[in-house]
Amino acid sequence: MSDSLVIRGGRVVDATGSRDVDVLVEGGHITDVGPGLAGDVVLDASGAIVAPGLVDLHVHLREPGGEDAETIDTGARAAALGGFTAVIAMPNTEPPQDDPAVVSSVLATGARALCDVHAAGAITVGRAGEALAPMGELYALGVRIFTDDGACVTSAGVMRAALEYARSLPGAVIAQHAEDETLATGHMHEGEWSSRLGIPGRPAAAEEIVVARDCLLAELTGTPVHFLHLSTAGAVDLVRAAKARGVRVTAEAAPHHFTLTDGACQSFDPLFKVNPPLRTAADVAAVKAGLADGTIDAIATDHAPHPTESKERTFEEAPPGMLGLETALALTITELVGPGVLTIEDALARLSWGPAAIAGLPDHGGPIALGAVANLCVFDPTLEWTVDAAKVASRARNTPFDGRCLTGKVRHTILRGEPVVADGQARR
Amino acid sequence: MRHLLSIDDLGRAGIDEVCELAESFLQVTQREIPKVPALRGKTVASVFYEDSTRTRLSFETAAKRLSADTMTFSVSTSSVKKGESLRDTVQTIEAMGVDALVVRHPSAGAPNRVATWVDAAVVNAGDGRHEHPTQALLDVFTIRRHRGRDLEDARVAIVGDVRRSRVARSGTKALAALGARVTLVGPPTMLPENLDGWPATAVCDLDAVLGDLDVIYLLRIQHERRDATHFPSLREYTTRYGLTVERAARLAPDTLVMHPGPLNRGVEIAPEVAEGPASVITEQVANGVAIRMAVLYSILGSGTLGTGAVVV
Repeated sequence: MSDSLVIRGGRVVDATGSRDVDVLVEGGHITDVGPGLAGDVVLDASGAIVAPGLVDLHVHLREPGGEDAETIDTGARAAALGGFTAVIAMPNTEPPQDDPAVVSSVLATGARALCDVHAAGAITVGRAGEALAPMGELYALGVRIFTDDGACVTSAGVMRAALEYARSLPGAVIAQHAEDETLATGHMHEGEWSSRLGIPGRPAAAEEIVVARDCLLAELTGTPVHFLHLSTAGAVDLVRAAKARGVRVTAEAAPHHFTLTDGACQSFDPLFKVNPPLRTAADVAAVKAGLADGTIDAIATDHAPHPTESKERTFEEAPPGMLGLETALALTITELVGPGVLTIEDALARLSWGPAAIAGLPDHGGPIALGAVANLCVFDPTLEWTVDAAKVASRARNTPFDGRCLTGKVRHTILRGEPVVADGQARR
Repeated sequence: MRHLLSIDDLGRAGIDEVCELAESFLQVTQREIPKVPALRGKTVASVFYEDSTRTRLSFETAAKRLSADTMTFSVSTSSVKKGESLRDTVQTIEAMGVDALVVRHPSAGAPNRVATWVDAAVVNAGDGRHEHPTQALLDVFTIRRHRGRDLEDARVAIVGDVRRSRVARSGTKALAALGARVTLVGPPTMLPENLDGWPATAVCDLDAVLGDLDVIYLLRIQHERRDATHFPSLREYTTRYGLTVERAARLAPDTLVMHPGPLNRGVEIAPEVAEGPASVITEQVANGVAIRMAVLYSILGSGTLGTGAVVV
């Protein structure tokens, strides 16, 4: 506990820039940054990047209620192995996180996990889109992100009320799963592939209608809106335009939405079923452009574990969602940094300090400097590895990237000074 | 051919082979004892997750006429109601010693999924909105028996809720593979939301194409599943898209009238037209048995394909 830890030989990258220095950690904080540092425990960072720990705004940890798919413990382990030091647990648990008792329980379990676990609160009771959840009580427990994710707040009136009410809760963000449920009744992107396959579709307009509306509601109420998993070219354009006229909106994109297209559904394998759905190549290009120009502030995984048997159904019957925590950094490097869409600094902005700012997490994403809480991610940006679904830390196995060769692998993850992952292995 | 999941598995040559084989089997079905020993010792299981008397009976009759053993698994009498997964169900059935699974399911791609889980052959008997390949095969077989083998540039209109129809999707593929010109007809809410991948044109005005057709194919209006947003009323549908006696009078005398059944008499087709001289609806049913014999034999039989004389 009291041992000092030195991260030696790496290239430090944070919001202030990059430099080749060692990092000394003592008592959970960074106590020195500079060349040639010594400590009781040495973590080798040669050839690696030392960055603030990654922050995932969007994970489903399934506890309580879905422990056959994931628990807070296994999900946090997957997060730590993926370089994350903080995750926001979505409220679609069973019972849902619309109640102080459930949120308290999630936070208490999360306090023992391998990364910081923050709970998002539901916007409405039961995520039913009707009556406001006790947002103030949840806020008092530390909740800053409110969302009915998995469900859209389809009623404009309810959304307006939530945004107005949140004005009394400084730092609170209303996050929207933007898909109009009266339009998004199908199971994959509506377009050439859905028409070929006979799978009912979810049109891009279902997402864009809600994004357009909520940009206007953010403007009306002055409360920030965060758009979860932006996936269409039109939605990216709408957010870009809203930001340009000064509306307080932010957005995230999921790795699968900049990596995969709707053509993957031709296998009928529900591993490729997700909401919002995998879109076209033009949408993928637009999401990449949005990440490059900062329209999209964060990369968030929408990590959604499902037990194997629930995906051993037909495409239409299986639940939507895919794993993401252990592949997000590598997909970002492989799909965005490698091809020159993002610099490594911008990639880390989208994975660490960008989302940390949205979620209001002062201990995460900050510069690697004297006195900062030691939440760090050390990764090799050039190491190639192959995804093996059988070996993921998540309890579920539903990654669509099984067998894919990726570049970039986490070497160490330091949570409040503790090396929870060292040399690619979870330590507890 | 290992499985028949989609018309795409066949292509023109495959369609030709199945049709030739079906021609021989059609003769078998007209014999006094309409049965051959071609699949003796083989077991064919019907796995039906959706009500279907006609298709299931047609497949089971086909299997029996080939001397295969048959078993039936239907959802209403099964452990699916107890929550068994599709994978567990089909693997359990396969473990009983089954050579082919004939799968009907309300979800697109169910037979494709089943084919990844079992060693047995899989025949798609209709999956959601996706495909119904044996229906398409019996339809082109029926057209060929009337118009000759060459369907190059034959003009076929498929009328109805094309968007939600597996019959239309498979039928369009099969007809286009044989060179026919397919026109999809219906209100825009019933036409494909995207025509890429459909080798067809689409129009909304039935009366504009009526006089210029070799085949008019009417889809069943599934009004029991009707979402009120697809069309205003059955009466309005019949007025705009039904093959009424008046419309039928404007067809060329040799235009074939087809329907996959079961009929909604007085909705998509007038009773007089369904029973009229241009209608081949009953023949479609009879040909269905021969086509399904040909498909099962192609997949499970030991002889070579395409000679027509192998087994009869």
